[in-house]
Amino acid sequence: MSRLLPTAAPRRMPGSGFWRKTWAMLIKEFIQLKRDRVSFAMIVMIPLVQLLLFGYAINTTPRDLPTAVLLQESSDVGRSILAALKNTRYFKVTNLAQSEAEVDRLLASGKVLFAVEIPAGFERKLRRGEMPALLISADASDPVASGSAMGALGKLVQTALVHDRAVPDTGEAPFEIRSHARYNPAGKTEFNIVPGLVGTILTMTMLIFTALSVTREIERGTMENLLAMPITPIEIMLGKIIPYVLVGFIQAAMIVGIGIALFKVPMLGSVALLAGLSTLFIATNLSIGYTFSTIAQNQLQAMQMSIMYLLPNILLSGFLFPFAGMPVWAQWVGDALPLTYYVRIVRAIMLKGAVASDLHYDAAAMALLMLVAMTIAVTRFRRTLD
Amino acid sequence: MSEQGGDQDVVIDVHHLTKKFDGRAVVRDLSMQVKRGMIYGFLGPNGSGKTTTIRMLCGLLTPDEGSGTCLGFDIRTQTNQIKLQVGYMTQRFSLYQDLSVRENLEFVGRVYGLAKPAQAARAAIQRLGLTGREEQLAGELSGGWKQRLALGACTLPGPKLLLLDEPTAGVDPKARREFWNEIHALAAEGLTVLVSTHYMDEAERCHEIAYIAYGDLLVRGTVEQVIAASHLTTYNVTATDGVGINALAQELTDKPGIDMVAPFGTTLHVSGRDAAALDAAIAPYRARADLDWKRSEPSLEDVFIDLMGKAKDNFQ
Repeated sequence: MSRLLPTAAPRRMPGSGFWRKTWAMLIKEFIQLKRDRVSFAMIVMIPLVQLLLFGYAINTTPRDLPTAVLLQESSDVGRSILAALKNTRYFKVTNLAQSEAEVDRLLASGKVLFAVEIPAGFERKLRRGEMPALLISADASDPVASGSAMGALGKLVQTALVHDRAVPDTGEAPFEIRSHARYNPAGKTEFNIVPGLVGTILTMTMLIFTALSVTREIERGTMENLLAMPITPIEIMLGKIIPYVLVGFIQAAMIVGIGIALFKVPMLGSVALLAGLSTLFIATNLSIGYTFSTIAQNQLQAMQMSIMYLLPNILLSGFLFPFAGMPVWAQWVGDALPLTYYVRIVRAIMLKGAVASDLHYDAAAMALLMLVAMTIAVTRFRRTLD
Repeated sequence: MSEQGGDQDVVIDVHHLTKKFDGRAVVRDLSMQVKRGMIYGFLGPNGSGKTTTIRMLCGLLTPDEGSGTCLGFDIRTQTNQIKLQVGYMTQRFSLYQDLSVRENLEFVGRVYGLAKPAQAARAAIQRLGLTGREEQLAGELSGGWKQRLALGACTLPGPKLLLLDEPTAGVDPKARREFWNEIHALAAEGLTVLVSTHYMDEAERCHEIAYIAYGDLLVRGTVEQVIAASHLTTYNVTATDGVGINALAQELTDKPGIDMVAPFGTTLHVSGRDAAALDAAIAPYRARADLDWKRSEPSLEDVFIDLMGKAKDNFQ
């Protein structure tokens, strides 16, 4: 039989060894960090992706605001203004409206955020020096975007008119701009933020609740027992998700209630419609969280994935920064996030009094994202331990 | 043992099962039959493929090769039917630590679609002697109680087959004995039990045992059959002064003809596969006055250690 104890008693270093023991701990941590590929990737990915993504994407000066133009007269001045709007990066003329009713509808549904109306007789009055009014309607539910666009418009129109020699270059604007900040005439930021917060808070809490749900069962060893029982992946998923739909619903009611009571945010639309679409949004987020849960190896990774998902939600959904101001690729990213649609829905219902028919596109997009997430979750969920 | 596929009384009937992880065979060409009402012991060293085999039997793993039935259902395609009638007790406690005893049992009852889960849970609590602990969180129970609860959970839906993966690991002798009395009672009611274990005394309480090492099933049969099949000759040596035994062990180890030397207190078990060679090897020591030699039966443990050594030789 061979010896198990060392042949000579090992030599010990003198002193308490404070730094040596710290060093021992430090080496162990580095080894573990190296083994955890996901954490390692996060160390590189977070600064890199976030910096490139958000550095380029976020712009508080809006660009390409979807704009409707209503020409009530056919004139050189009107065409000149239209051309000027088309040539600037601030606005993107998406609709040539035929009537004021159409302008109202476009603004209510969120298809445009800005509308310029050139009233009949504008050119004649301009040439006579009668200071005609250019009518502007802005969707002020996002005051940042609409405010800076309104500021830019006056200068833009005047430059265009001088350039086309419709008016002399006197420095004084020969027309007035009559602007109408719709949905939020006082331009209160909290009217914009509070409805957005409903979505952001729901995303945060719903995601974290479910992102851990499957990985927790795997880590604690209860998954093996669960898989050995006659229960299917869909039954497991629905059973895990449905309780949190209720939790999310209570949260949403709390935020909306506080928003109305303390921040005086109006509630112009139907509470029932908001409740219905909120349920859809909550279920979508839970499905996404559950998907993370089936992909992550452990609870730490599930948390990291949730954080990675949360950041673009906050920054690219139109919650904090105007969606229209982002470059096209960033809007694509935003289009893949359910929060983008939900933020629009909550703002539209609360501030604009939007009805179901105004919101079917956003609702359908959210439902689609939910189905995609659920499908991934169910297929990712392994029935066996293979 | 003959292959008896299709027999109504054969509960587990699998042939040539192979399971690989990352190209390494964890279970290789394993065939086994277990008859109804039998307590079948499943033995083997750590990492020998016991858990993997059990998982294949209850549909948690899909075999790479081989086929078979469990309770008459195909282990590849009819796992849902198998799960309904099999109680599987995992090696690690796998009920919810943050649910109470009663809540855990009710959960199991509901998942198995019992008509009255609350009533079934109450009955199980009484049967298991857990009365008074029903509101205690499962995570706060001691090892022995946890194991009782786990057994209660897997017998709750009235299974026809129990698969127990090292159910008594880390449990005190009294709780172990009670556990085994219960298993015998369950078998008497017609339940078939496949139980994996490391304990030899537990192996001896099984109707039949199988020994698996490095993915191969090496031997199966009753305890007597397994011992007889080993062809092992064993002597017990006692040192009169009590302490000389360790020096003797050093001397005897690796001598030709001696395959195994194991100290048990003041006694040494010396075994060999070839009786003549063993006798020749120990002859010089038998004359020593301070040693008392006795011919004895090899224990099940001796047989298994020997099998393991042989399997390792083949494996390497």
